Amino acid sequence: MERIPVLKLDQFLLVTIQVELHDQLALTLQDDLTTMVSRHSSRGVLIDISALDIVDSFIGRTLAHIAALSRILDAATVLVGMRPAVAITMVELGLTLPGVSTALNVERGMTLLREAVGNEHDDEDDAE
Amino acid sequence: MNTTTKTTRSESVLIRNQEDLQRVRALVRQWAQPPLSFSTVEQTKLVTAASELARNTLIYGLGGTFLIEDVTDALARRGLRLSFRDEGPGIPDIAKAMQDGYTTGGGMGLGLSGAKRLVSEFSIDSAPGKGTLVCITQWTRRL
Repeated sequence: MERIPVLKLDQFLLVTIQVELHDQLALTLQDDLTTMVSRHSSRGVLIDISALDIVDSFIGRTLAHIAALSRILDAATVLVGMRPAVAITMVELGLTLPGVSTALNVERGMTLLREAVGNEHDDEDDAE
Repeated sequence: MNTTTKTTRSESVLIRNQEDLQRVRALVRQWAQPPLSFSTVEQTKLVTAASELARNTLIYGLGGTFLIEDVTDALARRGLRLSFRDEGPGIPDIAKAMQDGYTTGGGMGLGLSGAKRLVSEFSIDSAPGKGTLVCITQWTRRL
């Protein structure tokens, strides 16, 4: 079956969507990511959508589901590389992506994820 | 309503499965290229609207036909008109179906209302047992 590769990097999972994300492929990605977050006890998921030329309501909903599922499994989700035209279209369409953090590029996205995990460690240190 | 539009060319696609949705998106993407002077944002909006409406045709209309037309109005303005026709159950309450967040299929309820906001013109014709026809037009900006 056609699927989007997911890379494991330390405690994070990285996905770069390089093909057109049709509905079934989006659902397969959602299942794969959820399974891998659980299997590797990942703390963060970074999804690069810079190659996507549209995000319609189905893809948007799937991305929001991925973030919600990851959060339940104790992992943060960051969406990076959204094209300006895609952002404008999403807002007009009424898609808000609740619970999804965004960053302009992969570098900033990784910083965001590391901070999210780092802050939690600090909290634990304080509690001790 | 533009009753005086002229169609210079057209192409249709049967919408029966997921692959056909990709076909519709690819065709709109391809037709929205130059010489038609759509901006990247206008292209993106049109392809996104087409994706929403084609999925509606597949899921709610139980399949149907997509038609794309290269149109020119009386003022020589060019645009693309997309029609989505199905012979499905039809929509009993169009006003309700056009509301943000209203859905009967477990989606986000943004398909019709969202698509309308993305294009220059939008029309819908539907009745129970008669199927549904949705037409949208994106006009290029005047040069």
